[in-house]
Amino acid sequence: MADKKGQALLEARELEKHFPVKDFFGRKRQAVKAVDGITLQIQKGETFGLVGESGCGKSTLGRTLIRMYEPTGGQIMFDGQDITNLQGTDLLPYHKRMQIIFQDPYSALDPHHNVEEIIREPMALYSKEPRSAIDGQIVEILKKVGMKEDDLYKYAYEFSGGQRQRIGIARALAVKPEFLLCDEPISALDVSIQAQVVNMLEDLQQELGLTYLFVAHDLSMVRHISTRIGVMYLGKIVEIAESDELYENPLHPYTEALLSAIPVADPIRARNSKRKIIKGDLPSPMDVPKGCRFHTRCPYAKPECGMEEPPLLERASGHYTACHVR
Amino acid sequence: MAMEKKNQKRRIGNVISALKHDKLAMVSLVFLGAIIILSLIAPLLPLNPTATDVRNMLQPPSLAHPFGTDEVGRDYLARVIYGGRVSLLVGVLAMVTCVCVGVVVGTISGYFGGWIDNFLMRVVDIMSSIPWMILVTVISLFLKRGLKSIIIVIGFFTWMEIARLVRAETLSLKEREYVLYAKFVGVPGHLIILRHIIPAVLPTIIIASSTGIANAIMTESSLSFLGLGIQQPMSSWGSLLQSAQGNMQNAIYMAILPGLLIVLTIFAFNKLGNLLRIFVEPRTMAGEKD
Repeated sequence: MADKKGQALLEARELEKHFPVKDFFGRKRQAVKAVDGITLQIQKGETFGLVGESGCGKSTLGRTLIRMYEPTGGQIMFDGQDITNLQGTDLLPYHKRMQIIFQDPYSALDPHHNVEEIIREPMALYSKEPRSAIDGQIVEILKKVGMKEDDLYKYAYEFSGGQRQRIGIARALAVKPEFLLCDEPISALDVSIQAQVVNMLEDLQQELGLTYLFVAHDLSMVRHISTRIGVMYLGKIVEIAESDELYENPLHPYTEALLSAIPVADPIRARNSKRKIIKGDLPSPMDVPKGCRFHTRCPYAKPECGMEEPPLLERASGHYTACHVR
Repeated sequence: MAMEKKNQKRRIGNVISALKHDKLAMVSLVFLGAIIILSLIAPLLPLNPTATDVRNMLQPPSLAHPFGTDEVGRDYLARVIYGGRVSLLVGVLAMVTCVCVGVVVGTISGYFGGWIDNFLMRVVDIMSSIPWMILVTVISLFLKRGLKSIIIVIGFFTWMEIARLVRAETLSLKEREYVLYAKFVGVPGHLIILRHIIPAVLPTIIIASSTGIANAIMTESSLSFLGLGIQQPMSSWGSLLQSAQGNMQNAIYMAILPGLLIVLTIFAFNKLGNLLRIFVEPRTMAGEKD
């Protein structure tokens, strides 16, 4: 549904990101297929949630979409412009419009810089305004993320994880982007702080008209914040649906298993709900199984699943899934 | 701005508390201070390191000559102080040269990677595979002997270790997300190195430079000892050791005094490096919040 309406702000077509693996003699032997042919559209103003287990390529997909990584195949469109092959300074105007916040608030901020220097860095590059105007904007953005002016000259190590994450958000928002890649922004935080940060992100989205790509593996938080959700498995999207639709009516067996892993707070319901446990480990992204990538672990696998890769098809309005069985 | 001053204060506080815990460091610092002050004010003192006095050759320490006299009757105290001037000057300047080259090569090599890295690291390999003594001997045939050429020779032939250290740290630093982010928003490479890489390798650089001074003093001493370094009548601690060689039996103090000074100075510089690291690294001992 949402795919046809509105305007896509960011679009990927058959996007690929393979990391070459070199052998002892420096020859490219194999490739880690972190992102392997993904097509998706993110609409203006929505929050697209991206879930999947560790190592399935969620972060790589996000970082390739904003051209932090170089794609190895496919196409990326931002606001109607093809940005796949832009290089160097041609790319910078787009980096101003697409910003990122990181998972680890410790490694995301330079410990040798104070808050003011951290936020000024991207602003000074994009803004032609005088220094004094930037000074004012830094204070303003800092207040917007719930920090005080007193914090301006403190160093990152003087803050807690949640506060650091706020500084990271302030840095990203300082250049007034339209699109924000939230690369597991809450995974490293305490649960109490997670809610604060997520609520703040929601408020900021309302206020500034931002579009989010929210990468996470906390499923309940993703449901709360996302308009639509994509489920990734081994470099491919296996299901996309509006968030309530996905949680109530998962079509792909992998989504089903993921959702059944969410702990239920009600003990009576918890006893009755069946936990679907999938067998085995995530196969190596260097050696992807033939056919459906999930068939090696799928409880419903049929012989044809190992032969042919299922396409991502629309099963219900706006609900896409890639599965032979369903 | 007030915050920055506060921060500065805390760093100094860290150093002071480290000093309190480490009496040896305190002694080293005082010793180093005394040596440096003596070297600086030496020309103002009533000492003449070149005045010979043939009647008082090889006198053991006495009131008139607290360090005794050498084989041509020069006051050994003056020789040692003026020698310290030369040794320290060589140590500091050679260290500066060597650290500058090492840091530039190391950060460029580590940050830019690819063929640049390959090329620079092979240069490092080649230079460190040639025994420096041979290199220095050959070089000193081409350069005029003297202070300048010693500094150049030591500075340009000892930077490889620092380059390797700095490169290794740069390699891990450039994968940090704040560096990735800076690259993402388009901060040019040289600015990333200046703003994000060098401040983070600074503690390593500082330790390397304090040992660098120590090494340079030692190298200068050995060069002078071999007669390739400082030439008479100028003296350095190394050249004093060399001239003491011939008088080992009747004037043992001639070897002991400069030798002891070399050892103590090198030790003190190493201690100083440790203190500087505490000052530079904001996280060390920053346990309590204020």
